[in-house]
Amino acid sequence: MLATIGVDSVDELFAQIPEPLRLGRPLALPDGMSEAEVFERLAALAARNEDAERQVCFLGAGMYDHYVPAIVDAITQRSEFLTPYTPYQPEISQGGLQAMFEFQTAMSELTGLPVSNAGLYEGPSSVASAAYLAMAATKRRRFVVSRGLHPHSRETLATYSVGYGAEVVEVGLAGGETDAAALVAAVDGETAAVFLQSPNFLGAIERVEELGAAAKEHGALLIVACDPMTLGVLKPPGEQGADIALGEGQPLGNRLDFGGPSFGFFCATEEQIRRMPGRIAGETDDVDGRRGFVLALQTREQHIRREKATHNICTAQALNALGAMIHLAWLGRQGFRELGELLVRRTAYARERLAAVEGVEQLHGAPVAREFAVRLDAPVDRVLDRCAEQGIAAGYPLGREYPELEDGLLVAITERRTKAQIDLLADALGDAIAAERGEISVQRTAETPAGAA
Amino acid sequence: MALTETPMQAERARTIYEKSKPGRRAAVLPDTEVAETPLAELIPSELLRDEPPRLPEIAEPEIVRHYNKLSRRNFDLDSGFYPLGSCTMKHNPRLNERVAALPGHARLHPAQDPKRAQGALELMSLLQESLSEICGLPHVSLQPSAGSHGELAGLLLTRAYHADRGEERTKVLAPDTSHGTNPASVTMAGFEVVKVATNERGGVEMDDLRAKIDEDPDQVACLMLTNPNTLGLFDENIAEIAALIHEAGGTLYYDGANLNAVMGHSRPGDMGFDIVHVNLHKSFSQPHGGGGPGAGPIAVSERIEPYLPRPQVVRRENNGHGPVYDLDHERPKSIGRLRGFQGNFGVFVRSYAYILSLGGDGLAEASETAVLNANYLKARLAKGRAADRLPIAFDRHCMHEFVLSGKPMKKELGLATLDLAKRLLDFGFHPPTVYFPLLVEEALMVEPTETETKESLDGFAEAIEAILAEAEDAPELAKQAPYTTPVRRLDEVKATRKPVVRQPL
Repeated sequence: MLATIGVDSVDELFAQIPEPLRLGRPLALPDGMSEAEVFERLAALAARNEDAERQVCFLGAGMYDHYVPAIVDAITQRSEFLTPYTPYQPEISQGGLQAMFEFQTAMSELTGLPVSNAGLYEGPSSVASAAYLAMAATKRRRFVVSRGLHPHSRETLATYSVGYGAEVVEVGLAGGETDAAALVAAVDGETAAVFLQSPNFLGAIERVEELGAAAKEHGALLIVACDPMTLGVLKPPGEQGADIALGEGQPLGNRLDFGGPSFGFFCATEEQIRRMPGRIAGETDDVDGRRGFVLALQTREQHIRREKATHNICTAQALNALGAMIHLAWLGRQGFRELGELLVRRTAYARERLAAVEGVEQLHGAPVAREFAVRLDAPVDRVLDRCAEQGIAAGYPLGREYPELEDGLLVAITERRTKAQIDLLADALGDAIAAERGEISVQRTAETPAGAA
Repeated sequence: MALTETPMQAERARTIYEKSKPGRRAAVLPDTEVAETPLAELIPSELLRDEPPRLPEIAEPEIVRHYNKLSRRNFDLDSGFYPLGSCTMKHNPRLNERVAALPGHARLHPAQDPKRAQGALELMSLLQESLSEICGLPHVSLQPSAGSHGELAGLLLTRAYHADRGEERTKVLAPDTSHGTNPASVTMAGFEVVKVATNERGGVEMDDLRAKIDEDPDQVACLMLTNPNTLGLFDENIAEIAALIHEAGGTLYYDGANLNAVMGHSRPGDMGFDIVHVNLHKSFSQPHGGGGPGAGPIAVSERIEPYLPRPQVVRRENNGHGPVYDLDHERPKSIGRLRGFQGNFGVFVRSYAYILSLGGDGLAEASETAVLNANYLKARLAKGRAADRLPIAFDRHCMHEFVLSGKPMKKELGLATLDLAKRLLDFGFHPPTVYFPLLVEEALMVEPTETETKESLDGFAEAIEAILAEAEDAPELAKQAPYTTPVRRLDEVKATRKPVVRQPL
C-alpha cells in the first residue's frame, strides 16, 4: 500500500502536521484490552448502579420504566437498521425511510396534528426548537411558559433563548394547574408562543384549550408538550388548538439508559411544514412509477441552506424513533388505549392509597393520568433514603426545581408497577415518615431545654 | 437498459397501516388489578379522547415480517463498503451493544440519586478524562446530543465568555468548506457568519482571514474550523490562525467530525482550540442507526470552563474512602442546560467500551490506518481512468479522507457526480458524500476509515474504473442508474413540491 502511495512509511503521511503540533508521545490512556476484559470492566461499573431491575422504580419526570417488548430489540439490533447513516441515497435506504414515514404517521395520529418530523434529539431541546420555529413564524421574540412545563425544558429554553435574543416569561401554577388569569395577563402582542405541558410536571392534566385561548387572541403559537403514553386516552393537543405538539419520546420503545439516547417528537399544523426542524420522510415515485420514500423538504435543512436553515440539526435519533414505531405497532390501536386506561386506573389507585398514609397528602387535586404529586410530612430526601434501603425508588423530589414545594414528591406509574408494589410503596412511605417523625420528635425533645413550656 | 424487474422491485411498498385489520393485535397487557372505574369518573370527559389513535392492528409475526422486509430494503455498513465522507463509517463492535444493554445501564433511571448511580457517573467521569486527553483540553461536558448540538453549545459558551468580559461580539468566521451545521449553528446562536476563503493548498486563505479580522477585530467572536478540514487536509497554518484569532480576542472552535484522522497524533487543544466537539458516533464507533443516535461531547480550555452546561459530572475525594461521583448543579456562570437529564448515556457506554478496547496505542493506530487507507485509495484512483475524469481536488497527501472533482467526467462523458453515485449502487457500494464541499465542483468526498481491508478498497477503485469505462461507450447506462436497487431513481422534487408525509387513513 505504501508503494502504491509512493511513500516509505505512514509517518510521511503525517508530515503535513507541523512538528510542534505533533503529540510525540503515546496518549496517556490505558492499554487496549481483550473483549472479555472490557466486558468485565463495564459489567463491574453497571453493577454499581441501582437500576429498575434491582429497585421498584416510581421515578418518572419525563422518563418511565415501561416494559419494552422483545421485538423492539430484535428488530432495532438488525444490522440493516443499526449500521447505516442518514438516508442520503434513498434507493438503498427504503427500509429506514419507510419506517420514518410510518413513525411520522403514528405521531401524527397520537397528537392529532397532520405533520410530524422523523424525530429530534429528545424532549427539552425539542421545546427550544419549537421556540425557534415560533420566532420565524411570528417574527416575535417573547415566550410565555407555564411553570408546569418540565424544569429541564424551561431551563433548556432559557439557554437557547440567549442565542435567540428572546425573552422568556414564566407563569405560575395554582392548585397544580397553570394559573389561567396569570397566563392571560402575561400574553401580549409581542408573544411568539405560549408553552404548556399536559399532563404537566406535577402530573395534572391541563385545560389546554381554555388556556390556549390567550395565545390565539394575540396571534401567538400554542405549543404543547405531552407524554405520548397518555395519548391513547387523553384528548390530543391537535384537538385542543395546539399549533405544535412535542415531547420526550422515551416512554415509547426506548430504554431508560440513564437519560438517553431517546428521541423528541415534533408535530405541527400544515402551515408550519416548511419551518419544521429535522428530517422528514415523504412519499414519492421512482422513474418507473414505483412507490418510494425520500427525505422531503430538504431545502429547510442545514446541509442545503446552511446559515438560512430552519435548524442546525443533522444526526438525530432515527433508531430510537424506529423503536417507538415498533412498540406502537405491537401495542396496536386497542392495546395502546388499554395501556392508557391501565395507567390511569392504577395511578388513581396509587394516589388514593398514598393519600391514606399518615403523613402523606395530595399536593393538588387536579385530574392526573400516570403521575401525581404528594406532600410528605417529613424531610423528602431522608424519606427517599429510607425507602431506597427497602429497595424502592419512591419518586422524584420536587424541592430543587420547585423550592416552594420542598416537601413535594412526584410518583410515576407504569404497567410494570403492580398493585402489590404500590401497596409496598405506601407502607414504606408510611414507615419512613413515622420513623423520621419519631426521630424528629426525639431530636426536638432533646433540643427543648428542660422545664421549658 | 432493458432489465427484468427484481422481485423486490415488483412488490409495491405497503406501509404497516395498509396491512392492518380491525381486531388483530400483538400485545397482551397485565391485568389492571385495581378497580375498573370508567375513565370519565377519573378524568373530566372533555379532557378525554373520543377515538383511540389509528395505530396499526396487526399480530406479532406480521410485525416481525414487515420490519424484516423493510430491513432488506436498506443498505448498511455491515453489508458493504460505506465510504461516506465526513461520516466515519467505521465498524460497530457488537461488544458495545452488549455492555450498553446490561440492566445496570439500560434500566437505570436518569433521576436516580447520584449516590445510587455511582457506576454510571464514574463511567461518565472516565469518558470525560479520556476525551480530555485525546483532545488536549482540560474540561469536558458530555451533555450535547450530537455534533450540531455541540456546535450550538460551543457558540453559546463563546457568547457567555465574551459577555462575562463585558463584550458583545457578533461575528463568527468559518471557511467556505465548512460543514452546513456550522453556519446553521451560528445563526441559531444569534451570530452572523463571515465566510473565509480557501487557498490553493486547501487550507484557510491567510490574507482573507486577516482581512476579515481586520474589518472589525472587536466583533470577532469565534472562528469555527475543522482540521483536517472537509477536504481531508491538515491546515499547516493552524498555529498562526489560532494566534490571529486569539489576538483579536475571539475563541477558536474545533468541529471534531474529522477527529478520526489525528487521534493520538495531534490534539486540538495543542493546536490552540478553546472548544472542541467530538462525534461519538463517528470516531468512537457508536452505530449510526440510520441517522442517530449520536452524541457530541465538548472539551474546553480553562477559560471556557466556568460556562460549561449544568449539571456537570464531578469526582470528589472522600477522605481516603475512594472517589465519590456527583452531579454539580451549582454552576453560577453556566450557560445552563442544553437538554434533559445528563446526555446520551447509552452512547457513552459504547464509546467508553471502544476506548477501553483500543487503548491509547490502538486509537493512534486506528488513525494511522485510516490515513493509510485514504491515501492508498486516493493513489489507486490517481491511476487509470479516474486520474483524468475524477481528479483529486487538491493534489497532496490527504489525512483520513479526500475529495475528487467530477467536473471533467461531466464535461467529457456527460456523467454527473450524481450519476456515478447512482451507478455505484448497482455495484454494491454506498457512494461517497456527493456535492460537498461546495467549493469543489461535482465533488465526491471519500472516507474509507481504518476498518476496511485493502481488498475492499481495491474493489471500490475497480468499480469506479468499470463505471468510467462503460460510460465511454454507453453513458446512458449510468444516467439511468440504479437498476438493481429496491426502487430506482426517485422523484425528490415531487416529494418537496407536494409533500405527503404520512399515510392517509
